[in-house]
Amino acid sequence: MDLQLSESELAFQAEARAWLSANVPAGPLPSLDTPDGFRLHQEWEARLAADRWSVVSWPADHHGREASLVEWVVFEEEYYRAGAPLRVSQNGIFLLAPIIFEHGTPEQQARFLPTMATGERIWAQCWSEPEAGSDLASLRSTARRDDARGGWVLNGQKIWCSRAALAHWGFGLFRSDPDAQKHAGLTYFLFPLDAAGVTVRPIAQLDGEAGFAEVFFDDVFVPDADVLGAPGDGWRVAMSTAGNERGLSLRSPGRFTAAADRLLALYDERPDPRVADRVVDAWLKAEAYRLYTWGTVTSLRDGGDVGAAGSVNKVWWSELDVALHETALDLLGPEAEIESAWLDGYTFSLSGPIYAGTNEIQRNIIAERILGLPREAKGSR
Amino acid sequence: MKFELTTDQQDFAASLESLLAAADTVTVARAWAEGDHGPGLRLWQRLADQGVTALLVPEDADGMGATPVELVVAFEALGRHAVPGPWVEAAAYLATELSGEARTAIAAGAVATLAVAPHTPYALDADAADRVYLAGSDGVRTATVGEPRPSVDRTRRLFTLAAGPVHDTADRSREAFDLAVLATSAQLLGAGERVLADAVTYVKQRKQFGREIGSYQAIKHKLADVRIALDFARPLVFGAALDPTPRAVSAAKVACADAAYLASRTGLQVHGAIGYTQEFDLSIWITKIRALVTAWGTPGFHRARILETLRSA
Repeated sequence: MDLQLSESELAFQAEARAWLSANVPAGPLPSLDTPDGFRLHQEWEARLAADRWSVVSWPADHHGREASLVEWVVFEEEYYRAGAPLRVSQNGIFLLAPIIFEHGTPEQQARFLPTMATGERIWAQCWSEPEAGSDLASLRSTARRDDARGGWVLNGQKIWCSRAALAHWGFGLFRSDPDAQKHAGLTYFLFPLDAAGVTVRPIAQLDGEAGFAEVFFDDVFVPDADVLGAPGDGWRVAMSTAGNERGLSLRSPGRFTAAADRLLALYDERPDPRVADRVVDAWLKAEAYRLYTWGTVTSLRDGGDVGAAGSVNKVWWSELDVALHETALDLLGPEAEIESAWLDGYTFSLSGPIYAGTNEIQRNIIAERILGLPREAKGSR
Repeated sequence: MKFELTTDQQDFAASLESLLAAADTVTVARAWAEGDHGPGLRLWQRLADQGVTALLVPEDADGMGATPVELVVAFEALGRHAVPGPWVEAAAYLATELSGEARTAIAAGAVATLAVAPHTPYALDADAADRVYLAGSDGVRTATVGEPRPSVDRTRRLFTLAAGPVHDTADRSREAFDLAVLATSAQLLGAGERVLADAVTYVKQRKQFGREIGSYQAIKHKLADVRIALDFARPLVFGAALDPTPRAVSAAKVACADAAYLASRTGLQVHGAIGYTQEFDLSIWITKIRALVTAWGTPGFHRARILETLRSA
């Protein structure tokens, strides 16, 4: 048992640290959910990609460095420690890319991955529907076969689509077999958000910015080439995304250890003994998450999978994120309500316990799949 | 980078687990609480034969020369099975602090205990110990046993001490304290895991309104929260075992105390009235966890120590 980085991992860490310190923009960029901020974040992605830092774990022939899992965690730690911008390409590089690598055809990989790595094409995720939130498998949007044109015709409505207000393409599930029940008969589609028949209506989030949108589909044609995985197999294909989103990929520990360090700096500026224990708890939970992640990395490297432990992970980081930012706001006192990076971080943190499966759904998964407790009678939830 | 137990460490854990699972430790603990030390002292010697009291003693002093990782493996097992006796005092603190014959005797299985002001003012199980010490600023003194101080955990028999002559001036007291804190953290982790396992078993059997109470979300979510708390306390324990700095062991203690206490409150709640009885075995772990939360430094002390080290970093 050890927590030592190898010589080559240390060299990788030093190289990442040096590049970031020379290249990270001095001040924060405008919000990526504004048109100007979106463009500047895309430019930042291009700069990362130019020196092969945008997708370090990808293969070398796809803009990557073939970084190991350990190196990926190290890179993320350095990235957030350096105060680098949020990743506007996150939906693509962390959620969709693993699925394209696993289920995509070579043609799809060649067509979609390069512009994802450079940030030229930004992806929106389109999962939820008005009547399908926590119960995602009850979704109703349809895909109708069109043999004449060699593809599918999409109809229906998606909602809470992250990044859709400004993104270029989207991915989501549609019911391709109306007779199949729930998880069966779903197909995973990729589609341009400016296709004929697509209407995007931005939704202002709690902070007033259009971080997500409604997307309406009115006889939108999608060719067979843009179906990911086999028709009807969409649920299984998508669940690899859900596992990634809840588990390791979306929330690297570096985000929280860096935030905890900023919280300690804030405490030094504004020491308040009444808040001291909560500052300690925020640091402690980030530190626990950091160490827990090394355990996950070790297990994945040994051939294990994250499985239902992804739910344990998701509840932890999302609640830690809220508590950390609440503590910062309490330290700021009457200044807390004034616009600031802490306030932005707080507002953003409030979405964590809701998205990617609410924490109540995660607790059900933990209880049923890890603790082995009986499912509730059908229809009781 | 390999943050998991080695095969040897896993084998050590498995051998302790099989020994303790077959040792009827609940009966041993209940006898100990009544002052019948016989079964507990026999179990002490069997565990000493497995090396539990010799782990931190160097090989040239007839010890195992093991690391704090093996120490926390052993203490998690002791906590899971509620093994009574001054294990933290002997195998963690005194095995580190003492030198010479006294340390060799502990490695061989001598039962030793101590008090260390201010966090550990009473000596655990001093009535069962061969050797009793009192640690102070000038080293470790031998001590004579004074009055009993009844604990919430009836298997923890605490006593006041009166100081005798200075016995050993080896100054490893900071290291010894931190390893005692770490061992207590691991004991809390094991106790918390046990309470969760027993609570899960119970809610799958107990039926109300025609179905298992474990099928209700109110119960599920409480137990899921215990699973989460324990899963994130564990890496702090092993991280501290790899590098037992004051900050790391304090973090382990805070997280394990919080997680085990949540396990005990939740375990009691889901059992209902039967859990509130002394006769039901859950009571052994509920009272032990309560005692260990404040033993070897309260959560408040450890949080303050973490903040101090972070701010001076």
